Amino acid sequence: MIIRRRLRDWLPVLAVFAIGLGLWQGLTTAFHVQAFLLPKPTDIATSFWDNKGALWHAGVYTLKEAAGGFAIGSGLGVVAALFLARFRRVGAAIMPFAIAANAVPIIAFSPITNNWFGLLNPISKMSIAAVLCFFPTMVNTLRGLTSVHPSSIELMRSYAGGELSVFRRVRIPSALPFMFTGLKVAAVLSMIGAIVGEYFGGPTNALGVSILNDSQLFDFPRAWAGIALASAFGIALYGTVALVEHATTSWHPSARRVSSE
Amino acid sequence: MAVLTTDVAVAAGPKAPSRAGQALGRLGVFVSVVAALWGLWEGYKWLWQTTGWTWPFAVDDVTMPHLHDVAAAFWQPTTTGGPPLIRSLLDATWFTGKEAVAGFVLGAVIGFVLALALSQSRLLERGVLPYIVASQTVPILAIAPMVVVGLGSKGVSGWKAVAILAAYLTFFPVSINTLRGLHSVDPRAVELMESYAASRWRVLWQLRVPASVPYIFTALKISATASVIGAIIGETPASIQDGLGGAIVNFNQYYSLEPTFLWATNVVCAALGIVFFLAVAGTERLVLRGAPENVA
Amino acid sequence: MTSSTDAVVTIEGLSKSFRTGVTALQEIALDIRAGEFVSLIGPSGCGKSTLLRVIGDLVEPTSGTVVVNGKSAHQARLDHDYGIVFQDAVLYDWRTVARNVALPLEMLGWDRARRHARVAEMLELVELTGFESSRPWQLSGGMQQRVSIARALSFDPALLLMDEPFGALDEMTRERLNMELLRIWEKAGSTVVFVTHSIAEAVFLSTRVVVMSARPGRIAGVVEIDLQQPRTADTREDGRFFELITAVREMLAAGHGDDPVRRPPVAEEQV
Repeated sequence: MIIRRRLRDWLPVLAVFAIGLGLWQGLTTAFHVQAFLLPKPTDIATSFWDNKGALWHAGVYTLKEAAGGFAIGSGLGVVAALFLARFRRVGAAIMPFAIAANAVPIIAFSPITNNWFGLLNPISKMSIAAVLCFFPTMVNTLRGLTSVHPSSIELMRSYAGGELSVFRRVRIPSALPFMFTGLKVAAVLSMIGAIVGEYFGGPTNALGVSILNDSQLFDFPRAWAGIALASAFGIALYGTVALVEHATTSWHPSARRVSSE
Repeated sequence: MAVLTTDVAVAAGPKAPSRAGQALGRLGVFVSVVAALWGLWEGYKWLWQTTGWTWPFAVDDVTMPHLHDVAAAFWQPTTTGGPPLIRSLLDATWFTGKEAVAGFVLGAVIGFVLALALSQSRLLERGVLPYIVASQTVPILAIAPMVVVGLGSKGVSGWKAVAILAAYLTFFPVSINTLRGLHSVDPRAVELMESYAASRWRVLWQLRVPASVPYIFTALKISATASVIGAIIGETPASIQDGLGGAIVNFNQYYSLEPTFLWATNVVCAALGIVFFLAVAGTERLVLRGAPENVA
Repeated sequence: MTSSTDAVVTIEGLSKSFRTGVTALQEIALDIRAGEFVSLIGPSGCGKSTLLRVIGDLVEPTSGTVVVNGKSAHQARLDHDYGIVFQDAVLYDWRTVARNVALPLEMLGWDRARRHARVAEMLELVELTGFESSRPWQLSGGMQQRVSIARALSFDPALLLMDEPFGALDEMTRERLNMELLRIWEKAGSTVVFVTHSIAEAVFLSTRVVVMSARPGRIAGVVEIDLQQPRTADTREDGRFFELITAVREMLAAGHGDDPVRRPPVAEEQV
């Protein structure tokens, strides 16, 4: 029964995938769409298979940049959120600046980080990814830490619990779902940040550089293969976070929703 | 269940200061934060240069130019006898800004319409939504060169291609949030309208769409930033000279000779992003005057 | 534990004004003796919830004295002398029912074995044995409130403060929980201060009903409930029950400044 329902949920998704893929293949063949816009899926697959060694290595290299940036940026974001939740006044004063800082095109600073850490140093891209991850994590975690029902606070006070107790037993657990929302956004951003950061220069065994080179050499199937890999890694990063989220916050209402709502 | 952000909300605080007082206070905070950041920068620079530490990176006038030098750079000519930097940057900002706005509007409209369409069919929504979500993991900025070159060969001028890129980055948050907003309506409100024999269209336009406006604005604020980033980045691999992205690529090449130009460009990029964001936020405040929902 | 004639709560000259200028309570004087079940009833804005919170040291009075269990309210709170139940059960979704009940015990530093035993005891008391590993959202509103009551009593406080605990429930569940609460009260031997909007509930549950009036919050009067103990389903059909309800209602109306005969009923009066 459950299996049947699961299948039914997934059917439309798979159907669209199949249709989309089929259309892609069919149209590009029928209309001779030029390779650089949309190579045939089969061409991309072939190119991937032929180059899997190099592409995979490049992908892993960039993934490390992304993951490192994610870890550092999100970690700092959570710490900042904890601090700002504890010292509300500071948070209120700083919030407009945090919002403004979020509107700054951080990736445009890649040339500068390249200059700081060196073009070939992964840290130059990692720092970009870290800054990109910092804000969504901080904003969402802070929201979670401060969205506590006042009765909950009164309850803890009735137990003679101080600020620390409230933090430990109420704010932090209830902030987890919010934190994960932020982490999921950050996961996706970290990969994009790493790849696009590499656009401004990086070692040849990095995925972003590889994609850029391929497109400049008009080897579009290979470029697209690289992009597909980058996508896959981004999804994998997102998926990992989602798995951890599911394991730790299965109690939250959003995890219990039956169907798409 | 209403969730409040204050602790035991029993008593209101002391009488709030006047509007002028508030504005002055905020200005004061702004000035002090800027001053603090300036001080931090110069202080860090001084300390690292005096001690000669090289972690995380060596500090000198190239890696960390004095902020007043960066400010002065705006008035320097970029080429001998040419116009001052600020002139060329303003032109570049106009160019990039156009791309961003065009992309933003295009993406927002597409996102909105797509959400409307999906909200009318559960099946369609379930089938298409995962792809919309997955599409965001494709580093679209990575295929920027291909998009721009490809469209260029078809006669589409460079800036339009970049605008399309910006549109792509915009449409996702807008469609997701619009959808959420459309679905957020209290079912009892819908029942009420149906009791008035309202057609599906009417329920959509008079109930769901207005309810989704706050959600849409949340997305628009994210998209505003994304469009600017998309526009700037989109220009770089395609070597479009006229915009801010082009300026970054240019000044990056001369970085060791004149680091302040690149920094000045980044300041302008940041300003563009912030101004665009504030424009959307300001519009939101006008449209949602007095609405309780306050999502930053 | 105090002797049966000792006052658990003594309030004198209590006033509370908020900084916005609203006077929530004015010159409240009230004694609550051990083992009593006292209801606070009054129209919206009469300060009954505020009064409850002053007793619990969750709100500071502007003037007057509050003595709880022979100490200041502040000290009583720090010594865990009372348990509190809100209208919203305030259970934590990330804890099982058992761990929710154990929360105050954890804060008191009880060891695991002792906590485990007490939780089992309390769940038996509120007739929820078997639900230890359930999560709050799996329970009905009434069951959640029972868990909340179990939690409030888990550390044997002398005093139980309840702020409209059954207000969000339907009438039938409410009546059932009323009976349960009385059973628990009898068994645990605590003193209860109970805030409610419902006259029938106040009369059914209490030994004394304190009627308050609004703006500013004052005690309009006290009605001694002399219905026989223990209360049963039959009590609700007793003639005396209705007489007492009428007495409370008239006192409410008088305190509100309205003669119920001459003026039409005012919408804001929650009856």
